[in-house]
Amino acid sequence: MNEPLLSIQGMSHYFGGLKAVSDFTFEVPEGVIYGLIGPNGSGKTTTFNLITGIYTPTQGKILFEGKDIVGQKPFRIVHKGIARTFQNLRIFSNLSVIDNIRVARHFTTKSGLFSSFLRLPGFLKEQDDVRDETMALIKLMHLEHRAYDIAKNLPYGELRRLEVARALATKPKLILLDEPAAGMNPKETEDLMNLVRRVRDEFKVTIFLIEHHMKFVTGICERVKVIDFGTTIAEGKPEDVVKDAKVLEAYLGRKAVVC
Amino acid sequence: MGSIFSLQQIVNGLQLGAIYALIALGYTMVYGIVRLINFAHGDFFMVGAYAAYGAFYLFNFFLPPGHFMAFVVLILAMAGGGAVALLANKFAYKPLRYKPKLSSLVTAIGVSMLLEYTFSALPLIGPSPRGFPELLEKRMFTIGSAQVSNYVMIDLFVAAVLMIGLTFLIQKTALGRAMRAVSQDKDAAKLMGIDVEKVISFTFLIGGSFAGAAGLLAGLTYPRIQPYMGILPGLKAFIAAVLGGIGNVPGAVLGAFIMGIAETCATAYNSLLGEGIAFVILIVVLLLRPNGILGEKTADKI
Amino acid sequence: MDKLKTPRLLIAAAIFYAVVQVLILTGVLNGYLVVIINRSLVFVILAVSLNLINGITGQFSLGHMGFAAVGAYVSGTITSTPLIFGAMKLNPHLFTDNVIFLAAIVIGGFGAAVVGFLIGFPSLRLKGDYLAIVTLGFGEIIRTILNNIQYVGGPRGLLGIPKFSNFTVIFCFTFLTIVLLRNLVQSSHGRAMLSIRENELASELSGVDTTKYKVLGFVIGAFFAGIAGGLLAHLLQIAHPTQYGFYASALILIMVYAGGIGSLTGSIIAAFSLTFLTEGLRIGIDWLRDSVGIPIGTEWTMVVYALLLILIMLFRTEGLMGMRESKLLIIEEKKV
Repeated sequence: MNEPLLSIQGMSHYFGGLKAVSDFTFEVPEGVIYGLIGPNGSGKTTTFNLITGIYTPTQGKILFEGKDIVGQKPFRIVHKGIARTFQNLRIFSNLSVIDNIRVARHFTTKSGLFSSFLRLPGFLKEQDDVRDETMALIKLMHLEHRAYDIAKNLPYGELRRLEVARALATKPKLILLDEPAAGMNPKETEDLMNLVRRVRDEFKVTIFLIEHHMKFVTGICERVKVIDFGTTIAEGKPEDVVKDAKVLEAYLGRKAVVC
Repeated sequence: MGSIFSLQQIVNGLQLGAIYALIALGYTMVYGIVRLINFAHGDFFMVGAYAAYGAFYLFNFFLPPGHFMAFVVLILAMAGGGAVALLANKFAYKPLRYKPKLSSLVTAIGVSMLLEYTFSALPLIGPSPRGFPELLEKRMFTIGSAQVSNYVMIDLFVAAVLMIGLTFLIQKTALGRAMRAVSQDKDAAKLMGIDVEKVISFTFLIGGSFAGAAGLLAGLTYPRIQPYMGILPGLKAFIAAVLGGIGNVPGAVLGAFIMGIAETCATAYNSLLGEGIAFVILIVVLLLRPNGILGEKTADKI
Repeated sequence: MDKLKTPRLLIAAAIFYAVVQVLILTGVLNGYLVVIINRSLVFVILAVSLNLINGITGQFSLGHMGFAAVGAYVSGTITSTPLIFGAMKLNPHLFTDNVIFLAAIVIGGFGAAVVGFLIGFPSLRLKGDYLAIVTLGFGEIIRTILNNIQYVGGPRGLLGIPKFSNFTVIFCFTFLTIVLLRNLVQSSHGRAMLSIRENELASELSGVDTTKYKVLGFVIGAFFAGIAGGLLAHLLQIAHPTQYGFYASALILIMVYAGGIGSLTGSIIAAFSLTFLTEGLRIGIDWLRDSVGIPIGTEWTMVVYALLLILIMLFRTEGLMGMRESKLLIIEEKKV
């Protein structure tokens, strides 16, 4: 595969007069686990919001599989193959675990309203298929014991797995993980790293994650980009970047979890 | 065509705008401080009108009609509006302060209905409209092409005095500073030692008393009062506040006068348009400039 | 249709229908009680359709009776206007009274759906408070317009609507509404709508076209409200603008909250209970006034409802059922 999966070209974004992201240009090759790190407020989540279409960048292009997706509505970008999780979990609290995940399969169904109202055979078959696929995903995420539980009753760690499962249900080619290790203890972080690797290997998805948990990033990412104040300050392999003088300077005096 | 924007319409519009302004101020202050659209605010206006009515008949026994009596009635109208606002805040809004916004909105609808139907059902107040007494002798002047009554002067004067008083309060007093602090950041204000709940109560008191004053003025100017009189003016004053920028005090006043003049002129042209102009304004504002004329653009952090 | 748990609901409905019908035919239930039962059923349709917009999709509509008004006026115009009615009667074999009636009701529903589509658009850009005010405004605009169209009676209302509604017809429409909405909510589309209520951003980012579903919520909710309006107009034989103002919308809102936002079962129970409660209160108040001499008017009924709403919001926001459904309305799934 010659073409990078995601190619950001000259992307800038301003909130009023405030520059959140400045002239980003980088590529995420297919199949890697790519990390974006930086202190709070450096523009990481904004970058995710720009890629997923929540914001439209003031300047620049975002090429996914070679085609510019700037200006598309978020749900269409999901259909094209980009999924994400959220820093502050955004679960459908009052729905069951299985329903949470099933919603993400909805756009692949073809049954119209009419056949739903009347519960025609075609509709029923499709619902069964979606349910089976969802249960397979639930089993893979070790959430079978929770399948019919209401989401808001789940503990934090399981909710994070639920969000990943929901993102996977959209059959993405690229998953954006927004601070997936937030609030986790070392054992949970270890499990998460294994989960991320497994997801990449078994589902053949490219992973692009944001973190400021250094150990997590160096433990799992194959390529890393460090940003601050909306600009890049380093890029490359994690072990190189961590030793970079500029990176160390950026992290002095900031609240960052360093191993 | 020529009579739509005549001086007469402008004068009438200003008079209406003054009343709307006093109501709109309450909406905008409460929204600024607790982000709640107090559906029942128009009914505080109604309560003020009835309080004035009651006060008149009470004091009529031992006070001669005149400026002093009118002043007493005004105070009582404001007290009535303020009191019901305080009660609504204490029993209906405060318990839901930290719950989802929708609960407070629905509760406000409940409070509104409660006030209207209770006043409608109470035997001495009753559902039928009542004529408002002529507190001060009505005199007519002619200014240019317009017939102007002294009531116009009174309405504008009272509104102006109250608005100036409010501006002084907000800009120059410690309480006003506290109000501004709470409306910008409740938590920070609390950390600075401000008793947030007291400030909120006070805001409701002021907002309600202004609405009560407006009730008196409305009773005087359009001398029929009935329990549902607060619905339309309340809605229009709210739209005026949105027009000016909800949460913005000068904006509420600006929006109210624009609304008053627009409504008067629209009614002169076509009564159906007059009824609907407020909604047209609302839809135009929400589609084109949701933050209102003087409102600021807020960015949502996701 | 699948053979799963629909029989249970069908049996329950059939029993209810049979019992009431027998009581009507044998004269045990007098005309007055029948009218109340019919009104309760119509309010069930109104409540569940509002619940679709407010409870399932998580929007906020305060103008629901506006949709019912459109349905009432459109269907009432068809059946009461000699021009239209007479024209259809030219072919009496095809266009029997019943056919015209059913067609009128359904056309009324579609008319309301169109209005629902128009009102759905503000919902795309507005949230909570603002959406409430705009939907309220639209409801009032509809009422004002109807009040001013002389062709349909203006302030006098649309009179002379034939009494085509009866228990059987209303019951069938109510049952159909419940089943169709139940099927919708427990389908993939329904879950998409629920996800919008739960977390709109996450829903959009799970591939749901939130725009489409928010508008759809309004369109479908409006459709059924229009049906209800048509049924009501043909029961009371009149459609009048004052019947469809904000306070009528507020009453349905109270029913939905009392029953539980998001629960169709709750809306059904609340609609029945509150309609009967209204009559009970009215009788009680009349008795107190006429026999005991206490001077109170029927406005006190609404005072009770206002208090009820406030108390529900203060002490039991989830209403009677919360978001749960009765077993009769849950479509069982194979648990894998």
